[in-house]
Amino acid sequence: MNPPIVKFTIDGKEYLAAAGTYIIDVARESGIFIPTLCNIPGVKPRGACRMCTVSVNGRFMAACTTPASDGMEVRTSSPELEDLRRAILEVMFVEGNHLCPVCEKSGNCDLQALAYRYQIMVPRFPFQFPHRTIDAANPRLVKDHNRCILCKRCIRTVKDAKGRSFFAFRRRGHKIEISIDHEMADLMTDEIAGQAADICPTGALLRKEGGYRIPIAERKYEKVAIGAPDGTDTR
Amino acid sequence: MKSTFPESPGDLEFGEIAFQDTMIKSVSGIIERYGRDPSRLMDILIDTQAEFGYIPRPVVSFIARDLTISAVDIEQTLSFYHFFATRPSGRYTVYLNDSVIANMMGREEVARTFEREAGCRFGDVSADGLIGLFSTSCIGMSDQEPAALINGRVFTQLTPFRVKEIVRDLKSGKRLDEAMVEGLGDGANALPEIRSMVRNNIRKKGPILADGYRPGDALKKVVKMRPEEVIAEVKLSNIRGRGGAGFPTGMKWEICRNARSEQKYIFCNADEGEPGTFKDRVILTEYPKMLMEGMAVAGYAVGATQGILYVRYEYMYLREHLEKVIEGGRKKNYLGTNICGKEGFEFDIRIQFGAGAYVCGEESALIESAEGKRGEPRDRPPFPVESGYHGRPTIVNNVETLCSIVKIVNNGATWYRSMGTKESSGTKVLSISGDCKYPGVYEIEWGFSVNDVLEMVGAADVQAVQVGGPSGTLIGPNEFGRTLSYTDLSTGGSIIVFGRERDLLKDVVLNFLDFFIAESCGSCSTCRNVPVLLRQKLLKVLDARGVPRDIDEMLDWSKVLKASRCGLGLTAANPVVSSIRNFRPLYDRKIQHGKDYDSSFDMLAAVRASCDAVGRVPTLMADGGGAA
Repeated sequence: MNPPIVKFTIDGKEYLAAAGTYIIDVARESGIFIPTLCNIPGVKPRGACRMCTVSVNGRFMAACTTPASDGMEVRTSSPELEDLRRAILEVMFVEGNHLCPVCEKSGNCDLQALAYRYQIMVPRFPFQFPHRTIDAANPRLVKDHNRCILCKRCIRTVKDAKGRSFFAFRRRGHKIEISIDHEMADLMTDEIAGQAADICPTGALLRKEGGYRIPIAERKYEKVAIGAPDGTDTR
Repeated sequence: MKSTFPESPGDLEFGEIAFQDTMIKSVSGIIERYGRDPSRLMDILIDTQAEFGYIPRPVVSFIARDLTISAVDIEQTLSFYHFFATRPSGRYTVYLNDSVIANMMGREEVARTFEREAGCRFGDVSADGLIGLFSTSCIGMSDQEPAALINGRVFTQLTPFRVKEIVRDLKSGKRLDEAMVEGLGDGANALPEIRSMVRNNIRKKGPILADGYRPGDALKKVVKMRPEEVIAEVKLSNIRGRGGAGFPTGMKWEICRNARSEQKYIFCNADEGEPGTFKDRVILTEYPKMLMEGMAVAGYAVGATQGILYVRYEYMYLREHLEKVIEGGRKKNYLGTNICGKEGFEFDIRIQFGAGAYVCGEESALIESAEGKRGEPRDRPPFPVESGYHGRPTIVNNVETLCSIVKIVNNGATWYRSMGTKESSGTKVLSISGDCKYPGVYEIEWGFSVNDVLEMVGAADVQAVQVGGPSGTLIGPNEFGRTLSYTDLSTGGSIIVFGRERDLLKDVVLNFLDFFIAESCGSCSTCRNVPVLLRQKLLKVLDARGVPRDIDEMLDWSKVLKASRCGLGLTAANPVVSSIRNFRPLYDRKIQHGKDYDSSFDMLAAVRASCDAVGRVPTLMADGGGAA
């Protein structure tokens, strides 16, 4: 039995979708840009970064975890929403230690790309300069907590054949961090290590022995800005 | 570096070989007790800690292998909850409440005495390993603070003198209950299965707290009704959830009844963690049968056969009592099969303990926790009534809501609606504490004004009242005419009174921010960070370094929290916002006027590190220290 079709509007324009489809997926398929750092198409969403916050019938909701429903009125942009997203980005920049010029992920980093899009010069919040560690014990991966934005992408997707997670959260609140199962990580294949590094939206998870394969200026967001329509070359 | 807990000194003392020889059997026994079910991880960890005093790393690896889950999966649950220890935390582990009320009632002196007598600082264990000292969020004893949990037992109304006695007794080898020299509390607190010094402090009784409750009356009545009729009666009563959120209970039941599933669950939320709340403690102590009857009624109405009573870890001292009541209910056939002779009416209850996390009071976080996971609220939809515990339709009702249901069944919806106001029917059990003569539990009809409440509790010269705990509102005398109701001042029951002498910003708002910072689950970028940033701003203001713009920015930054997932994040800035709105002069008095930014510079602080490094005393700086 096919799910029923629901009718709703995004930014005043009418859309149809199967019931249960998330707002962010409808937008993505329709070429409407909603920024996100934690969402991965096809993977159960978690609403961790809150960047995709939109207005649904006048209330703030995360577009990645809110299914479209009949009669819903979604607004993806307003001065208030844009400032909110800018503030959330700024929060992420001050809660960690993000030094783009010395980061291998520069140019391939979603956080950096969004910061350019939102023209963040100086965050409104004071830098926290937290003491964060770098875990390089694993033969294939470096885990740099300075750059982690706690989006849970690695936790949600990187699993072994038995379905066990390599990554997990540890502690809670502002002391939260990503931990890796060292026993399992020692047995991590190259393929899984590559998957983990690719899924990370920042430079928090990096492959060892493979830096700078793509030279600076040739990288993803150096060719096409985040949120630009497909095929756009911004250079 | 293989250690999962690199900071744990316990790992060094805890060799793998010793572990295998002596402990595999007991850990295996614990795992077996819960049917080798990874979703019972909370119970496995609670029992493990009860066995060893903490949860050693090799035990984590053992449990992981035995349940075929990764060690980090266990660690993520373990490290989420405040009361789980990964290193030895003393033969006697003291958790001293750090809530706003505890501090008002003299916590600081008590804490210093503990440190002096035990010979260690808070966050640490004495050198002989006898006493560990730790702080904790509100433990539900606001009417008898300062209070502490020592190995799960409650010690109330602590004074420096009492602390000296307690530590002396523990050092001399006395048992914990021998150290409780004041004797036992009133009512059921004195029962052999509780033996607690906690006092009920029931000051005003209404229909729920009234004497003469007869267990089973409501069940005998509902089994003669169709489930739909029970739900109709609950809907007619207009009762709304008493935990704070105020969702119409009848509607919740109806949605769950209509959800198609072979199994459904009834949860009772006994995780009251909002600082200043303690009414559920009293209900669990004095009226547990009523509560369990309410759960069974809910089970009958929605077609659920399994009930789970989720109790906060702080109330572990009630465990035996609650288990005994469940056992008694089974014997009387109020639980079990064919309840009260009704063919096919099956319902039973198990107790699930938490392990220290305020956010688990949020219904979906509570369900996650009961499934053995971190208490992170779920994304909604789906709501628990459609997909809750193990993906099945689940009702989560507050302790007081379920008790009210029993009275509604017994006396009828019309009777219930004759109390309270038009929109807020019935009664509310309040937990009142702070600067008043008679702190305790009061059952009032909705519609009482704050002035009525203050008169009732013997509070004079009141500067402010916090209605609904830290996530509620801080109001001043000009608003004391407002009424307690879902349409005006809504509350889960916590009311804290602040006298004229209290420093609202330092003693109250700062403490509340600390609370939200400590209790955030951390999964939203907003709630994880914004309270921390607001706290820094507030400290700047308290330090007389603030400028007018800082106050505007605090209000602006608070708005970022509106993008949070759950109630904790959405309300975490309420202490700041409501204190600025209602007590703006307190802020204005602290800040520097006519300035756009703070230009002060603390020379002494700036050079302290370098002076320390070279061993120089910065005496010449002393008089120029704070100047611009």
